[in-house]
Amino acid sequence: MSDSRRNFLLKSFSATSAAWIAANWPAQVAAAEKAQAMGNFTFFTREQAGEVDAMAAQIYPSNDTPGAREAQVIYFIDLALVTFAQDRQEIYTKGLADLATRTNGRPLATLSADQQIALLTSIEKTPFFRTVRDHTIMGMFASPQHGGNFKKVGWTQIGYDDSLNFRTPFGAYDKAEGTW
Amino acid sequence: MKKYSPSEEVDFVVIGSGAAGGVMAKQLAVAGFSVVVMEQGAWGAYGHEQDYNKDELINRFPAEQDVLISDPKKHRNTFRRNVNEKAVAGTHSYGCVVGGGTVTYGASSWRHLPWEFDEASRFGTMKGTGIADWPVSYAEIEPYYTQAEWEIGISGPNLKTPLIAPMSKPYPCRPLPLKSSGALVQKAAEKLGLTVTPNVAAIITEPYNGRSGCINCGACSGYGCQTKARSSSAVALLPVAVASGNCEIRVNSYVREITVDASGRATGVTYFDKANDNREVFQKAKCVVLSANGTETPRLLLMSKSSRFPQGLANSSGIVGKYLMTGNGGGASGLFSDPLNEYKGAVTGAAVLSYVPNDVKGRGFYGGGRMTARGQMSPMQYGLAGPHGAPSWGAGYKKALIEQANRRLTMVNFISQLPIETNMVDLDPEVKDAWGLPALRITTTSHENDFKAMQFFIDRSVDILKAAGATQVWSDGVSDSKGGAHARGTCRIGNDPKSSVANKYHRAHDVPNLFIVDGSSLVTGGRNHPTMTISALAYRCADHLVKAAKQGNVTI
Repeated sequence: MSDSRRNFLLKSFSATSAAWIAANWPAQVAAAEKAQAMGNFTFFTREQAGEVDAMAAQIYPSNDTPGAREAQVIYFIDLALVTFAQDRQEIYTKGLADLATRTNGRPLATLSADQQIALLTSIEKTPFFRTVRDHTIMGMFASPQHGGNFKKVGWTQIGYDDSLNFRTPFGAYDKAEGTW
Repeated sequence: MKKYSPSEEVDFVVIGSGAAGGVMAKQLAVAGFSVVVMEQGAWGAYGHEQDYNKDELINRFPAEQDVLISDPKKHRNTFRRNVNEKAVAGTHSYGCVVGGGTVTYGASSWRHLPWEFDEASRFGTMKGTGIADWPVSYAEIEPYYTQAEWEIGISGPNLKTPLIAPMSKPYPCRPLPLKSSGALVQKAAEKLGLTVTPNVAAIITEPYNGRSGCINCGACSGYGCQTKARSSSAVALLPVAVASGNCEIRVNSYVREITVDASGRATGVTYFDKANDNREVFQKAKCVVLSANGTETPRLLLMSKSSRFPQGLANSSGIVGKYLMTGNGGGASGLFSDPLNEYKGAVTGAAVLSYVPNDVKGRGFYGGGRMTARGQMSPMQYGLAGPHGAPSWGAGYKKALIEQANRRLTMVNFISQLPIETNMVDLDPEVKDAWGLPALRITTTSHENDFKAMQFFIDRSVDILKAAGATQVWSDGVSDSKGGAHARGTCRIGNDPKSSVANKYHRAHDVPNLFIVDGSSLVTGGRNHPTMTISALAYRCADHLVKAAKQGNVTI
């Protein structure tokens, strides 16, 4: 785990229980890392992660360019729900339970792509879907230190250069024009 | 840093550390007076600016000690369009950190033009509005604009045109570099015969006063500046105040009342010490300077009720909180065939000045505006807002998002807004903030005239984008304000105590040792872009206050 990611975790956790974290954070982070390496998750059960991953894959699909799966958005969301988005846990828990009733318990990914899109379209106005939509997009375009945007695939797609400073020319039109 | 005991009677308490509070603290402390600055926010990265975070996610969800902007969930506020409606939860927020809004603002730093100080005399008033002349002329304030520009550190073009206020001294720093937004608008201006200039900004472009120039990092509006290039109060003014050895900045100090004695003089302030379980502390002072911003300043006066001042402090006129101007929207966006990469560099790429002057007969409305060209969006912000004319998720969303990335230019316009008595800040009768104080309530509906102005500027934006060669142009539509940045007018200065809250030197008409200077002081709104005028007013106020206080008389 990179230093910056560790710092972020520490910072986020510290907002709630600084003393506890100071004593326990390395263990907490190590546990989360280990769980993810094993294909397990910090907040989600494996089944829940599978459902959210399938939703993210429809929200930001993989085609000729990488999508939510390649960006590892599911890890971003899993981490989000125990850090800055702790207040959204219930939206996920309830939303996933509702989704299960709509699929009769079948994993979303086992439906055809068209069926998945139709199902998600039917719930696209719900707070649950909107939250997953926003978290998926954040996982595509937030800094990789937060678990998604793996190898900057999201930033690369939209032509975003994360250099710390820039020199002119910045874009095509000032390049053509020169200076003021 | 000098520390004072709350029981020690300091010369001045300054409430707020932003555009006005920073100037007041610095000027008073350097003149040798003891000063305590009350800042309800935290330190931010004051003194170690490299620690301001560029990470978009952390900027959006900061840990408590890193908050830069007030959170409407804690600083609860409510909103309604008119007095007959019941107010609903509002989204109003403001800079809430050492340096106030200047830490995160876009940094546009235009002067008001000479005729923006006496519009009532020049152009007449209008029924249903409070258009009035300022008690200060441009000639009186000009030296203070110059002082502010040179002490704070402003970059801009040095042009002589009636569209820019005449200046006795040029800007200290050269303008920000040309961006693609500027190049495109320049191209349109040549076709349309418009005047376009680099933006005037409180961002230094070369080494100045011990700070280094802008490195065009792009984490600009909404972020703290990591290189001290943005001339916030926190880097340009407050360190000078502290270095004098006379000024204490007291953070996490949320003032809930300005207290008065039986004779009606201010005695100090009562505040919540947020870092210590919100215990209540009283700081004694000979004189109080209120610079809490255009919404919090009137709110604090209205909360400071006493038997002597039953309708709030300094409010015998009954107009504290009234004539609120918050700034209106209305612009347009366009797509271009090649990348602009507006995410690099400062937020504003250029300004169009041709519609700044009044032309009531020609345009059919009173007022004008300054148009700006910009397209800066951070990656998450861009993804969440989504591409234009596309689905909000799925393959269509992704395709359009990639196609439109970095190709958008938006005209954002800063338009005059008429002061209206019924547009106001007051105390919500039911809702409380997280500290148990009455929530700020905003009531506002723009004048019909201003809707015409907004439509005019939308139409001009479309013209410019088309002339610049946009492949697709769309308008955001007219949108009436609900609050937010740039709040002005709520404690207007004037000569008549019946129609203004403070005099031309910012002394409250009703309280001899209370000075009110910030966005609330503005009589009319200019073409928005209020910060430089707020700073200049503060320099002028401080100048008179120092002279008077040195004679042992702060009543002027």
